[in-house]
Amino acid sequence: MSGGSGRAGAELETAAKVIELVRGVAGRSAEAEVNVRHEALALTRFANSAIHQNVADATTRVRLRLHVDGRTVGGSTTITDVDGLRALVERTLAAARVSPADRSWPGVAAPAPLRLSAGHPGSGERSGLAFGFDEATARADPAERAARVRDFVRAADGLETAGYCRTVYVSAAFANSAGQAVEGRTAEAAMDGVARTGGADGVARLAAARLDDLDGAVLGARAAAKARAAREPVELPPGRYEVVLEPDAVSDMLQNFAYFGFDGRAHHQQQSFAELGREQFDPSVTIVDDPLGSRDEPAGDLAFDEEGTPRRPLVLVCDGVTRAVTHDRTSAGQAGTESTGHGSAVSRSWGPHATHLRLEAAPVKGAAPGTGGAGAIVESARPLVAKMRRGLLISDLWYTRVLDPKTLVITGLTRNGVWLVEDGEVVSAVGNMRFTQSYPLALGPGRVLGIGAETIMLPESWGRARYAAPALHLAEWNLTGNASG
Amino acid sequence: MTHFDEAGAAVQAALDAGARYADARVMVRRSESLSARDGAVEDLGFDESAGLGVRALVGSSWGFYAVPELSEPAARAAGRRAAEIAAASAAVPGPPHDLVPARAVTASWASDCVIDPLGVSLSDKGDLLVRATAAAKAAGADVAEANYEAWDTRKWFVSSEGHRIDQHIRECGAGVTAIAIGDGEVQRRSWPSHRGQHGTRGWELIDEIDLVGNAPRMAEEARALLTAPLCPATETNLVLGGEQLALQIHESVGHAIELDRILGWEAAFAGTSWLDLSRIGSLRYGSELMNITIDPSFPGALGSFGFDDEGTPATKRHAVKDGIWVGVLAGRDSAAVAGLDYAGSVRADGWSRLPMVRMTNVGLEPGPHTLDEIIAATDDGVFMDVNRSWSIDDRRLNFQFGCEIGYEIKNGKLGRMLRNPTYTGIGPRFWQSMDMLSSETVAWGTPNCGKGQPGQIGHTGHPAAPARFANVRVGVRG
Repeated sequence: MSGGSGRAGAELETAAKVIELVRGVAGRSAEAEVNVRHEALALTRFANSAIHQNVADATTRVRLRLHVDGRTVGGSTTITDVDGLRALVERTLAAARVSPADRSWPGVAAPAPLRLSAGHPGSGERSGLAFGFDEATARADPAERAARVRDFVRAADGLETAGYCRTVYVSAAFANSAGQAVEGRTAEAAMDGVARTGGADGVARLAAARLDDLDGAVLGARAAAKARAAREPVELPPGRYEVVLEPDAVSDMLQNFAYFGFDGRAHHQQQSFAELGREQFDPSVTIVDDPLGSRDEPAGDLAFDEEGTPRRPLVLVCDGVTRAVTHDRTSAGQAGTESTGHGSAVSRSWGPHATHLRLEAAPVKGAAPGTGGAGAIVESARPLVAKMRRGLLISDLWYTRVLDPKTLVITGLTRNGVWLVEDGEVVSAVGNMRFTQSYPLALGPGRVLGIGAETIMLPESWGRARYAAPALHLAEWNLTGNASG
Repeated sequence: MTHFDEAGAAVQAALDAGARYADARVMVRRSESLSARDGAVEDLGFDESAGLGVRALVGSSWGFYAVPELSEPAARAAGRRAAEIAAASAAVPGPPHDLVPARAVTASWASDCVIDPLGVSLSDKGDLLVRATAAAKAAGADVAEANYEAWDTRKWFVSSEGHRIDQHIRECGAGVTAIAIGDGEVQRRSWPSHRGQHGTRGWELIDEIDLVGNAPRMAEEARALLTAPLCPATETNLVLGGEQLALQIHESVGHAIELDRILGWEAAFAGTSWLDLSRIGSLRYGSELMNITIDPSFPGALGSFGFDDEGTPATKRHAVKDGIWVGVLAGRDSAAVAGLDYAGSVRADGWSRLPMVRMTNVGLEPGPHTLDEIIAATDDGVFMDVNRSWSIDDRRLNFQFGCEIGYEIKNGKLGRMLRNPTYTGIGPRFWQSMDMLSSETVAWGTPNCGKGQPGQIGHTGHPAAPARFANVRVGVRG
């Protein structure tokens, strides 16, 4: 019920049609970019241990960016019949003719082949590179999502539960007036839920390319175990604490790095902490933007950005040294470099952002990966907790906001479980606390005491980005207040 | 041209497929946005979106489906699909519930608009933003940004209880920001608010805020902030400007009084609320100066409408009266679950999203003072205005806000400019410490309120005026 997959080719034909229409009304000198994106989103939401919101939609949106006579306008529509497409082209052209001049237009991308990894769904059915794309996820129906919710609720064994199970199917194409024409499709699933008892919450979430990889019972049991372990919290005084951050908390750090640290436009304008070539992180830290996935973890996104630039893995931090920032064509032009494949419908205004950051894990020889865990501690965080003499184990971070973009000082709160650890053992649950902390400083040289042995693929709480995060053991985290006052 | 027929077809199809209640909205929305940077247009775009969303109630379970086609066959298919999804929800059912009664309404409503924002030429809009950013740049900004947005939304709503309502809502807004970059830090000043001022009005709103005239002062203040002393870390009297107080209301009152949060429906994401329904009518939220209203009929404010997305007419009611919590933002199902008899605050971000409890205009009734009187009556304190950052916990209790600019207050006068002003507190303690409130109300607009999964962006309004709070912790930093 997520909407029909097997649409490959339809979007590219629509994109080509729009390019033709542009040539017909604006001439061959007009530069045009066309994105056609069909998205079928279905999300089953539960609260108080019952499904209370259950939604689906299937929408095709056509975006046209037109540059003519030195002026640029972008337009989009969901009306995709011939009349709708013609109206889009005519309105965009009319708007361009009365628009102010655009001095930063970078031109359209030259034709370039996609870089398809072993895990990428490929470029439509005609490519023959459909491995990694899961038809079953694309076609998942509400009963399949409800079944996972039911399993989550049952596994919580009487605790109150809330969360969602989601499937998304995307089939999309890009074409421009320079001849670039690419297409692709993806399927993606995610589950995110909490279990609650006595004012304590425990969380479990996971993103995957296959709905079959989401086990509601496993996630529900983990959330419930964490909630039970979080009961009867004590209050600790604010201060600087040694911490182990579980993968959910680390994913928040990656998201803020993506938006405020590695944004090439902010970097060019000296509004970011990033300094290329400098050892700004602990040598154990390597951060990669990995939109193409691997055979083990199929890509969750398309192999091209919304400017038609082929996406590729981009090493942003290597062994503690900042190596790159993300660019769309406009920011790249301003910075005198090339696009890294991070163009989006809003990147000219809001900046080009990475959406698939991975903080590389530190595999431990002989250790078996797992996503389970009992009680308070996620399995992969246990070796880190065992090494902590006195500090806090933090599950999740919430409502993080930037106080200073240059130093990336962020305030936010802990959520879904905090515990006091002494001599490597959890000794009590702790009430939620507010923190005010520079994220790059927290990962600075000498401050990372350990990195977990596996990364967990986690869905972004708001948008559709995914972050692959391990647990982190940090020397210091600045907790500036108790959530209760 | 109307779209009642398609909406009606969707509703009937949902009923035929087993729904005991259904409603459908056709929405056609045109939007436009323009941004400029450093004296040049940066981005210009417009969007058109049209479709139908249908909601079906089967037993106690909801299903929602949306399609971009505006035809009766597509609408009927969507209605059937919504009922099928609702039936699937019954695999994990909740307790039986109903909807609070509603009078079937046939009506048409349009927001006031003197100058259609989409009718103003793009070149005029571009020139305005170019001139504003050029003026800020010339006055010392390292980076100057300006933005403009407008939305033109037409809706046709039909319910199985007999509603037939069409609405035409026009909204717009604009702002300018000057950024100064120093050694290791960035300072910013924005006019008239941190994302610009927005309202359910026409281009006349943007004419009134004089972006070009205020841009140089923003640049000068941003540059001065780079060398201003840090806001001291202390407890003191805090005077907030109206723009910051609007966001304080939004975060620590508006979200807290959302009934779906109170009932736990948002527990996994947006969070819950510290408010307990058993204490409505008796709980002290703030000082006696605190009178908060829910008022979607507030003229020109960004959360204004004629009818919400369940067809409930816009009605003003108190959420907090003389400091006592008395009301919530509710929908027909949540109100029934809570045993309340009113709804009226359910909205959807477009045709493809499920209507849910949202703020409308949630604001402070005017107080008896002026800002000048408040400052003159303050021997020692800090004045802060224009939001820079906001963070609040999932129960809407513990907040920490940063503002763009602060000033010390000494002996009844504004003193030195202060950089990186922040303050933190606990909602009810903070509101109970409000001891002076100005009458200089402005209905500030928040065009970026996020809630729900899939995410929805809401447009909310917050009438607010400057106010003073006692013994507030300020100057929190990392």
